[in-house]
This record gives sequence, structure tokens and C-alpha cells, in this order.
Amino acid sequence: MAFSDDDIRKLARLARLELTEEEVQTLGPQLERILGFVEQLAELDTEGVEPMTTALDVTNRWAADCVQPSLSREAALANAPLADDECFLVPPVLPPTS
Amino acid sequence: MTIPLDSAVHLKRLLAAGDVSAVEVARAAIDRMAVTEPTIAGFTHSVGEPLLQQASSIDQRRAAGKSLGALAGIPVAVKDVLCSADMPTTCSSKMLRGFRPPYDATVISRLRAADALLVGKTNMDEFAMGASTENSAFGVTRNPWDTSRTPGGSSGGAAAVVAASNVPLSLGSDTGGSIRQPAAFCGVTGLKPTYGRVSRFGLIAFASSLDQVGPLGWDVADNALLLSQIAGLDARDSTSLDAPVDDYMSAVAAADVRGMRIGVIRDQLESDGLDAETRAAVQRAIGVFRDAGAVIVDVQFKHTKYWVPTYYIIAPCEASSNLSRYDGAHYGHRSEITADEAKQMGPLVATYCKSREEGFGAEVKRRIMLGTYSLSEGYSAKYYSKALRVRRLIRGDYDEAFGQVDLLLGPVTPTAAFALGDKVDDPLQMYLCDLFTVGANLAGLPAISLPAGATAAGLPLGVQLQAPPLREAALFRAGAAFQKATDHHQQRPSL
Amino acid sequence: MSDQLDDDNDGRYPHRTVIGLEVHVQLKTQSKLFCRCSTQYGAAPNTQVCPVCLGLPGALPVINEQAIDLAITTGLALNCEIPPLTKWDRKQYFYPDLPKGYQISQFDLPICADGYLDIPDPANEGSMRRIGLFRAHLEEDAGKSMHDEAAGRDFSRIDLNRCGTPLLEIVSKPEMFSAAEARAYLSELKLLLTHLGVSDCEMQEGSLRVDANVNLHITKEGQRIATPIVEVKNMNSFRAVERAIEYEAERQYQEWEDTGATIETVSKRTFGWNDATEETFVQREKEESADYRYFPDPDLLPVALPASRIEAARQELGELPAETRDRLQTQYDLKPYDADVIVNQGPQMVAFFETVAETSGDAKRTSAWIQQDILRTLKENHWELSEFPLPAETLGDLLKEIRAGRLDNSRAKIVYQHLLNHGGTVAEATAALGIEAVDDSELDALCDELLAANPQVIEHVQGGKPQAIGALIGQAKQKNPNVNPGQLRETLLKKIEAM
Repeated sequence: MAFSDDDIRKLARLARLELTEEEVQTLGPQLERILGFVEQLAELDTEGVEPMTTALDVTNRWAADCVQPSLSREAALANAPLADDECFLVPPVLPPTS
Repeated sequence: MTIPLDSAVHLKRLLAAGDVSAVEVARAAIDRMAVTEPTIAGFTHSVGEPLLQQASSIDQRRAAGKSLGALAGIPVAVKDVLCSADMPTTCSSKMLRGFRPPYDATVISRLRAADALLVGKTNMDEFAMGASTENSAFGVTRNPWDTSRTPGGSSGGAAAVVAASNVPLSLGSDTGGSIRQPAAFCGVTGLKPTYGRVSRFGLIAFASSLDQVGPLGWDVADNALLLSQIAGLDARDSTSLDAPVDDYMSAVAAADVRGMRIGVIRDQLESDGLDAETRAAVQRAIGVFRDAGAVIVDVQFKHTKYWVPTYYIIAPCEASSNLSRYDGAHYGHRSEITADEAKQMGPLVATYCKSREEGFGAEVKRRIMLGTYSLSEGYSAKYYSKALRVRRLIRGDYDEAFGQVDLLLGPVTPTAAFALGDKVDDPLQMYLCDLFTVGANLAGLPAISLPAGATAAGLPLGVQLQAPPLREAALFRAGAAFQKATDHHQQRPSL
Repeated sequence: MSDQLDDDNDGRYPHRTVIGLEVHVQLKTQSKLFCRCSTQYGAAPNTQVCPVCLGLPGALPVINEQAIDLAITTGLALNCEIPPLTKWDRKQYFYPDLPKGYQISQFDLPICADGYLDIPDPANEGSMRRIGLFRAHLEEDAGKSMHDEAAGRDFSRIDLNRCGTPLLEIVSKPEMFSAAEARAYLSELKLLLTHLGVSDCEMQEGSLRVDANVNLHITKEGQRIATPIVEVKNMNSFRAVERAIEYEAERQYQEWEDTGATIETVSKRTFGWNDATEETFVQREKEESADYRYFPDPDLLPVALPASRIEAARQELGELPAETRDRLQTQYDLKPYDADVIVNQGPQMVAFFETVAETSGDAKRTSAWIQQDILRTLKENHWELSEFPLPAETLGDLLKEIRAGRLDNSRAKIVYQHLLNHGGTVAEATAALGIEAVDDSELDALCDELLAANPQVIEHVQGGKPQAIGALIGQAKQKNPNVNPGQLRETLLKKIEAM
């Protein structure tokens, strides 16, 4: 499969990455090459083989419904790039205007 | 006396006997770091002088006859991928520069409970993605054996600071070989435990079903000591195993492979990717084990060819998801956007896109793109689901092999440490470094890298032992036998 | 399913509204779904958060077992299949109230599959309609995003207290055909879930949220046409849901007439509901069709649900409101409306009703008293039923007296009030009030007295006006307040007849 520059830009948008033009140009061929490499998995017949999401086959790890202490608000907001004394502040969720 | 900083087990004896104080040990570590760091640059953060206060309180407690943890007074370095509440945690990424987590990773808590002296955080490939530590946003780390070469990655810093004799022990993480490969490049011993053996709570996730925290040190004894302190069930990690922790120190003491069946994956040994000197080291190691009484058996793996492609679908897929949280909203780097960017994408989306663009390096972005693509509608079945099925086939090969043998022996890396800058231009070349290590991650099995000689140019070479789930003790036992019969783990770089 | 198509007589083609509801209920656990922060409503912003629900690097989820149990209970009550294995998937999208950049949800193996809810048919009192369900699954809630334009600052404020709260998303099939049915579905669901103690289902508090998928099926010249589906969000009461659906159905017919757009030509859109203007409005035009890139969450293990656990949960269910409603009708011969009133008050009221009905032997009267007197008393005093001072048995005794004719309704109300204020037994209350039963000979004598003093009444009654007796009731009460008007009337008439 081949990636057009536009394909790369769309994929970047889905991944929330603002790539430079240079990156768009480089990534396309790189991704193609890597995907071409990983596509050799198609050689294998995996009919009837269960997907293996994890190496563990244990089930049922859970905890009792008991409240534990939370972080202080101060600690919770400590690493926020922008916050007021109560909340995280982020740019508003507005649609594009152009 | 020069304080020996290359054996935790030895230091413990000296400290217990009162031959040396924790303050003296801390001082020695700080001094040694001052000497080597300008060249090696293995640390992203050093505690420095405050270490002496911690050391002092350990000495006081010892003097007062209070009980002390198993690592009391031992300097330990921690890969900067683990959350430490009192030190920055950056994953060597601009995205997390200055980030201070409000909590300790479980393994860090356990180290503190063992009274270890945490000297600092070590450099790594950004978000653990890489095999050379060249993907760090804060500069490269150099291999103490040859400073024009990489120490490997992604736990390059953790391996280098042991090899540079700053600390006897460090903690790294291994997702596709990131402990074992740097261990091999730096001539030290490094272990990836069974998946679930060590808690991942507080381990900043790269690929959740593959990541494990593990020890690095010169020899198996030190590895065993460190693992014994961090292994075991953690209620805060749902993937942590509820299984008893074996007596690793006894396994080391046993140091015996008589009657053990050790399998060699023939096609890996004969692989084109394996260079001649590395192959020779593996063959010598086979000889050592045979002489020590093990039975060497050839085993066939049907799917070794597919290890790397399977890994390079699963890992980026999980990584693309795990790294979605880095968007500049609640923590981490947030970029300022221009009015134009705001207009084009809306201010929020623009902020996300620019923050992630500026916060992440090239390899991280590449894997995010790869993973996002492989999980996307229309492609998920072809790539992600397919890879998960092949993963089961790969695990099947291991299960079959372990029906015939107790351990597997083989190469860790295709070559010795490569030069800085050698592979940065070709991502795929870099990925192929992992061809012997990713199998253990995909299958969730424990594996250890042992120093096994050197190239003609004096660069360390490693060999790898792999074991069935929860058989770390077998790895230590066999590794100890190997280290009894060889002295590779006692070689030191002339720094 | 009947083919009821509305046939507007003002020149419209026959058409039917088709509605599917996605309801998110917040489960009543103490702590969150994947961490142990409190789920208490109304806390100060960002005081109920931890590394896990904040999505901090390195944090990992741990399942709340109670959420699993509540989901199973709900699924069984909704007649769902509970599979032997259920699992968690990541649903990925970027939004500031979702700190991990993904929501842990369930994609292909939800904890509840299929199922149905029987609702009272709003078009047909006494009948029920069965609304099918696709599934119900667990997922974590997101935080709150508040747009703050105050003080000239242009930011959204994010409070993550709610982030991680357990939700059960219940997805109905598109089998409701009127706004009224949709409302009835919501009421019935709330009744059931509050009965089970699974959720508070308060739309105002956000513990129940509704997205309505609405379109029309129009029959034009023998062809079935479907209008494009609109998902309506942001309604904050059951009434709003009903109004929004009505509005939307109307709007869609107009739109179809104007544009001819059908489900094939226009994809699903999302609209909001403006309660003030009572209109739906476009929320997102063509949003980039979300690719959620679902995949199994590798930080969580699948959940095995052995049959024994399901059975145990099934045993614990007890009688459900719908069953109670039926039973009250068959066992006590109540009308559907009356059974409904009692059941809607909750299980304590049901138990209260039954005790009073059994004690008094008069279920119908009990029902009437509950609707009129008990509920009014509770409301006036701001009491819960558990605070109501009159024991059910005592009320039963009181009603028994009325039934036996020993107490008339108006005297009974006085006794009732006395019992409320002073407690004690009915006998004690009547004694304290000086109410005595009038014995037959006393009554007889009184009747004779009255008739003797009022010959004109006798004439009127004999002349075909039995209501003339009424004048004597008042006189009788003055002579003896304990007289039972009913008994008096009966005796007087008998005597006149015998004259």
C-alpha cells in the first residue's frame, strides 16, 4: 500500500500530530517500508488461532468497592500547564473557523 | 580504601561488617559520577549531596541496632521511565520535561522500603522506543567501553552507569530487549522477568502487554538481589501475578547445570543477521554449558522469522494508545498556538497537535503513526488482529520447546555495540537489532543477558538464556554456573 | 409488531416515528470503576481524583467488583444474557475531559446482551409493550468540561471528579414508536433500577443520561422511506426527552418534504435540545466520522462470570416492580392505574399497602387512602414512608372499622389525624375522641324520634324523593355525633317503607 501526502496528513490528524511538511514527506516512505516489512505476517495461516492480547491467562482481578484517599487538589493540579485554583484550564472546544 | 561500587552483594558484606559506612558509599558514588558523567552522560537527574543525608540516617539506624532493608546503603540508579515522587520523571522526552509525579512507582516504593540509596534517574530512548539511547531528547549516553559507541537502548543509561562503576545496580525496563541489549553492549548482566512478575504500576507505559521492569548489575548475584526486592504481586497492577517469589539467592548459590537440558534455536544461530564474533561467543558459551554438565539440544522454532514484524505491529499499536494521554491538557508540554493554527483546526485541536508535535521526537511520532494506522478502521484486522494471532503461534513454539528443554540459549544482539549515528537514518535497521530479544516479550517469558566475551576490538558480547514462565530461578542458577566457569562479567572498561 | 402508521389527515403520507434510546446510568458504587476515589456527588472540583482517574503516566486500572455485580443484577432484571466471559476495550478519542485519550469501555463482549423491558403502553391502558434491548455494557464516565467566558477568559475549565465513575450504557432496539413510549420506557427503567438500588437515575444530577435516536418511516405510494437518523442529546428531564422527540419527528417530516433526504442519502447527525426555545439544533455538522480504534485493553484481564455467580444474583433479585404491579392487580383486584401508583412509590409502600390491605380486608379502600390521605400527609410533613408514625396494622384496623360500618369516612379521618398526633390504637383514639358506635336500639329510637318530628320528610320520600332523607342526617348528627350516616339513612328508609 502507498501513502499519499494527504493520507499522511489525515493519519497525523487522527493521532493529533501537527507534522511539518518535511516530516510528511519523510514519514510516507518510512511507513510504507515498515508496513511492507510487517505485512509478511500475511504469509501465515492463522485460521482458528485465537488472538493473544496478553501473556497472562488469569481472569478476575478486581478490588472491593472501598473508598481510598484521593490526591489533594494541589497535587492533582501541580503539573497542569495551566490551571486556576480549582480546575485544569484548556483552550475551548470550538470548531475550526476557517 | 577505594569503595568498590561494582558489587552490591560485596558492599552489603562490607556495610554489615562496619568496614564501610553508607555515607562513604554515597560519597564514593557521587564522586565517581562526577568523574564519568561528563563523558558518559548516563543520568537525566542526580540526587547529589542530599544522598548523604539518606545515607547518614541508614548508618544511624544500623548503629542503633534497628533492622534495615536488604539494599540498605546500596546505590541504585533507576531508568527515568519509572515514576519517582521526589525526582523529575521525564522518559527522556521534552513532553515530560519538569514533570514530577505525585506518586512513586511500586518498584520505587519497594526499593525505598529496602533502604536503597536512589542516586538518580538514567537516560533512555524517549518513551523507551529505541535501541541506542540516541532517541533521548536530552542528549546521548556513551558506552563506557568505547565512548564513540552507543550503550544500547532503551535502558542505555541504566546499563552505562553500572558499566561505568557509578552504581552496582540499576533498574531498567524491557519491552523488546531494552534491558538485555544494553546489558550485552555494556558487558553487564540484565534480566527481563516473566510478564507480570514485577509490578508495572508507575512504569510509564510504552507497550502494556510487553513492558517489564528488571535489574541490571555486573553479575547474576546482584541481579537476583535486586529482583528479590521488587518481584511479587501488586494489587494496583491487574496484570501482576499472584505467584510466590522464589529464593533467587539460593538459585545463584546453587550455580549448577548438571543434567539441565539447554536448547539452541538453530535458525537463529545460523541467521545472516548474526555477525561472526557474536556467533563465536554464543558457540563458546554452548561449550561452557556443555562442559558444566548441561545437555545441549537443537530446537526448531517455526516462527522466528515473524518475531520482529509481529512486535512492530503490537508494540506501536499499544504505544499509540498509551501515548494519547500526552496532549498538553493536564500535564506535560503544552505549546502556544498561532491565530492561524487556531483558525485552521480550532484552538483545542491545534493545541493538542502542536504540543504533541513539539513534545515528541521522531521515533515516537513514527511509532504513533504506525500504531494509529494499524488500529484504524479497515486495517485493524489486517495488522493488529493478525499480529495477535501470530503472537499465539510464537508462544506455541516456546511452549513446545520447553516441553523438551529447561532453558534456551542463544544470542542477544546481532552485533556488538554500534557507533553513535550508525543507524539513526534507517528505522527498520534499528528495529532489526531486536530480532533475538522480542520473542521473550511477545511470549511473556523471562530472559537474561550474560556477559560472554568481547570482540577483538574489546567490545562486550552477550548471550541470552530464556526460560519458561516464572523460572527466573533457573536462569539465575544456570547464569551463576556460567559465571563460575567464566570471567567475562569481571572485566571492566578502562574509563 | 403492529403496523400503526399515523395518518395525518392534513395531506401527509402515513408515517411512524421510530425511536431507539441509549441510556447511560451511573451505578451506585462507593468508588469509581477503575480506582478507589469516591463517587460522591457534589464534591469540590478535582478533589476526588488520583493518578489512575487523572490518567497520569504509569497509572493502571483495577476493576471495582461491585460494578460488575450491579451490572449483572441489572442485566438479569432486563432479561439479558450474561456471557461466561466479558472483557474491556479501549475506545480512543481526544477530549479534555478524557485524560487518558481513551475511555475504557466494552466493545464486542459486553457484560449484558439482548434483553427487553416491558413498559405500560401509553396508548392502551392496561396493556404492556415489549421494548427489545441490544445490549448493556460497563464503561467509565468522563470528567466535566465547563466553558467559562467569565472575566474575559476564553478557556474551558476541566473538573475530573466524575472521570472514572462507573456507567452502564443500556442500548434499546429502535422499537419505540412515539415520544410517549420513550417517556414510558424511561420511567419504567428508572422504576426498575431504583428498585434494584443500582442507580439513582436522576437526570438533573446526571446519574441518568439519554441519547435518543429518532427517524421516521414514511409510506409513500406503497414504498417504505426512512428519514435520516438524528441523535438528540442534552435533554435533562423525561419531559424534555418527550418534547424533543415530538419536535424532532415534526421537524424531520418537514425536512423530508422540503429536501427529500433519506437515510441512504444523509448520514446520522447529532442534534442538541434547547429546552428554552424547545427546539432541536444541529450540534455537529459532519463531524470527522470518529474512528475509535477499539482494541482490548492490555492493562485489564477479562472477567469470567461463572454460571453459579449469575444464578446467585438471580436469586437475589426478588420481585421486580413489573411483577408487583401485576400481582397487585390479580391478587387484590386493583385497577392498573392504582397498582401503578403504589408500585411507583417503591417497595416500602408496596409492603405497607399489603399489610394494610390484609389487616383491613379492603384492598380498594386501602389503595384510595394511600393515594389521598397517606401520600398527602407524607408530602405535607416532608416525611419518607419510613418516618410515617402510623403503623400499617393500625391503619388497617382503622379501615376495617370503616368497612364494617362502625365508622364513617369523615369520622375516620378525624381518628386518623388523632392517631398521627398521639399514636396508640384505634380503640384508644375513638375513646379519646368520644366516638362510640351507636348500637341498634339507640339508632332505632333515634330514627323514630326524627321521623316523628319531620312528617314532611316522610311525605317527600313516599312521594318518590328519597334524597329528602338528607335533611334528617344533619339533625341526627346534632343529637348524636356518633351516628353513622349510612346506617341512619338505611334505617330511616326501611321504616318509611314499612309505614
